Parts: sequence; C-alpha cells; structure tokens
Amino acid sequence: MDRRVEPGGDDVGPMKPAPFEYHAPRQLKDAAELLARLPNAKLLAGGQSLVPMMNFRYVIVDHLIDLGGLDELRGTAVVDGALRIGAMTRQRDLEFSPEVARQCPLLAEALRHVGHRQTRNRGTMGGSLAHADPAAELPAVCAAYDATVHALSVRGIRQIAFREFCTGFMATALAPDEMIAAVDLPIWRLGHGHGFHEFARRQGDFAIAGAAALLDVGADNVVRRAALTLFGVAASPLRVEAAEAQLAGKPLDAAAIRAAAAAAWLIAPISDIHAGGEYRRHLAQVLSARALNDAARRAGVEA
Amino acid sequence: MGKQATRVMVNGKSYARVVDARLTLADFLRHELNLTGTHLGCEHGVCGACTVLVDGRTARSCLMFAVQANGCAVTTVEGLAPDGQLSVLQQAFIDNHGLQCGFCTPGMLMTLTELLGDTPEPSEQDVREALTGNLCRCTGYAGIVAAALDAAQRLRGTVAKPGSP
Repeated sequence: MDRRVEPGGDDVGPMKPAPFEYHAPRQLKDAAELLARLPNAKLLAGGQSLVPMMNFRYVIVDHLIDLGGLDELRGTAVVDGALRIGAMTRQRDLEFSPEVARQCPLLAEALRHVGHRQTRNRGTMGGSLAHADPAAELPAVCAAYDATVHALSVRGIRQIAFREFCTGFMATALAPDEMIAAVDLPIWRLGHGHGFHEFARRQGDFAIAGAAALLDVGADNVVRRAALTLFGVAASPLRVEAAEAQLAGKPLDAAAIRAAAAAAWLIAPISDIHAGGEYRRHLAQVLSARALNDAARRAGVEA
Repeated sequence: MGKQATRVMVNGKSYARVVDARLTLADFLRHELNLTGTHLGCEHGVCGACTVLVDGRTARSCLMFAVQANGCAVTTVEGLAPDGQLSVLQQAFIDNHGLQCGFCTPGMLMTLTELLGDTPEPSEQDVREALTGNLCRCTGYAGIVAAALDAAQRLRGTVAKPGSP
C-alpha cells in the first residue's frame, strides 16, 4: 500500500484496519475487567478470522484486547470425564496432541480440515467457537460431543451447554462482557468410533457441507450411543436426532447406516452462492454415510 | 491514537520501535525495517505470500499486528540466506523451476522450510497439502512440489548437490 496521510497531515504509513487502542493484559481478571469497562472493545485470540475482517474494515473497534499473553487460558486437562481445552490453546497444539488423539479423536481428525497449517499455528479453539462460522469444523465437533462452554466475566464463570451456545448465524449466547475461558468435551468410552468428512472446493476452504459421527458399539454389535452432526448446512451445527434415534439400541449394519444417513434428507439446508439447498441436502446424506461408515469401522464393525 | 512500543527479533537482530497498534507485522517488516522480501498479496490471509516464521512456526504476517510480535523471534525470507548463500530449499527452487514471476516465492519458501523441519521425509501429498495455504498463479505448482521433494532428499543427504564433487 502507498503511504497515506490522514486529515491533519499526520503521515500514518500503510494501514489497513481503522485505528484502535491495544491492550495486552497479563492476568485473566484484568482481561475480564477491560472487556466489562471499555466501550466498543473486541477480544483478539488467534486473529485468523478477526484480523481479515478488520483489514476489510468490516469490523471497526475502539479497543482491542489481546488474549495472547494469558497463559491461564492455554492447555488441556481431563476434568470429570471431559477433556477441558483452554480457549487460547492453538489449533496446531491440539492437532499434534497425543492426549487429544486418544481422548477426543474426532477433534483430532476435524482439525486437519481447519484452514491451513499457517492459520492453525495461530488460530485457537476459543476463537473458532466465538466466531461461530456455520461452516467451521470446531463448533461442529463441540456440537457432536455435547460440549460445555465456560464463559467468564467480572460476574464470574457461567457454563453454557453447546446446544444453547450458537444462537444464529455467527451469533452466540455470550453476553457482551463475557469471554470463553475453556470448553469441556465429554470423553466417549475407549474403543468408540468416529468419522469426519467434509466437502470443500479446495483443501482448507470452508466446507460447503460436512458430517461428524460418533458411535459407541457394544460387544453384541448393538449401538449404545450415536451422535451425527452436520455443518455448513444451516446457521449453526445441526444434530440429526432422527438418525441418532434410529441407530441407538439396534444392531449396526450397512442397512442401519443407510437408513440413518437417509435421515439427513429431512433437513432444509441453506442456499448461497457456493451451493444450492438441494445440493447441500445430497452432500449431507453422502457425507453422513461416509462419516458413519468410518465410525463403525473404527468401533470394530465392518458394516 | 494507539501508539505502542514493540521489540521484535528479526533474523537474529533485535529491533525496538514505537508503532501504531494497527500496523500489521507485514507492513512493519516492509516499511519500518525495509525488509521487502516478505510480499503482500491479498492482505486478508488467503494467498500466503506474506508467510513468515514466528517463533519457528509459519504465520501470515498480514494477520498479525506488529505489537503482537513483541518479544517474538521472526524469520523472513531474508533470514534463509543471511550471508548471501542460498539455503538448500532455495537452490532446489532454482534447479526445479520452482518459480517464474517470484511473487509467491517468499511465502512458499517459509511454508516449506517449516514442513521440511517437521517432516524430513514428506510425501508428495504432504507437500501439496502444505502448499494449499500458498497461491501461485504461474507455475501450476509442479515445479514447486518437485523442488520441495528434491530439497528434502538433499537435506537427508541421499542425493549430492549439483556442482558438488
């Protein structure tokens, strides 16, 4: 960009975003206090979605609160049968974590589809959830696991069930003064199967549609528990409860998977410039079948 | 409004500046430090031309503010050949026609430098997947993929460098 002179003759050099005050709190409570106090403030996590929007000036803020210095928000731990992931844990660190691969293999597999290596190095778990893009993988994984979001503010910590977290297109249940501190993903029984498939025009693009499956199958080949989640087809991730009900309590075979995937026809998908609703409905069924087949195979069933 | 002090180690040299908080790391490198090897294409995180290493990991420098790099070590394409001696990867780009206009090349080199560090024996698929974050409109990628695989072999010491005895 050429150097730009703003009114008043101040040579400000090459700048894309509108001016803002930058804050880099070192303590979590300071971050919460800044967010509660400052007008028109936004939190900066990994910046892989927010900064493009600022560069385009879709987003103009007076204050930017950088969470990058808050070590309290980084890392994973198993708490009460769930994998707790700090909001500022980088996607890359989760992608290569043996603990994530063991406890929440669906998350590990989904991460390979999140943007590119260069964006996963910076992008965070909490940032993806707060951004809540309907085609994003990480909100879909949280929907699949029935995750719990820990929302922090000066008023304390509030737990939000993920099914109540996404309230609409790129909208969440977070209050203006709340930030995500962590998310809990309940760990499924060891030996459960998972599957994750999405269709995008190029590797790393947002998916036109995708499906995530979790299957817990008993030694008698009967499905003890099933979760099927679609994303990219509605304003927020969608659990296909009809498919889950069809699978649960019944023997798992190819016909059962076909019938469950067919339940994805019941959805009424969005249409946009990337794909029409009918095409998305077709993808939803095909990707559901692939995800369920992978999950069955990994649960030890050749369906 | 929004001036902030930042101290960044770039290619082994420490720089302290007071900058606008909204100055991206890419513009900081190019306009404050005159390190114009880092190229800016789309400026919204799609093309990958501005890729640099931040604490050893690739990042799009158009999607970071210079103030976020405070205390970090940044490597730019200039850092790959500090004394004018091309890196093995850079030489492989020349030998395999891995560039034509050269605009995307700095980002390609930084992405592949990280890949070869993490994965000394990458498959063609590994290379192609790593390159999905970098756009090239000249080469059709074939020469770049060949250069990466060639560099990986040379770094493993299985093929003698051209010109060496």
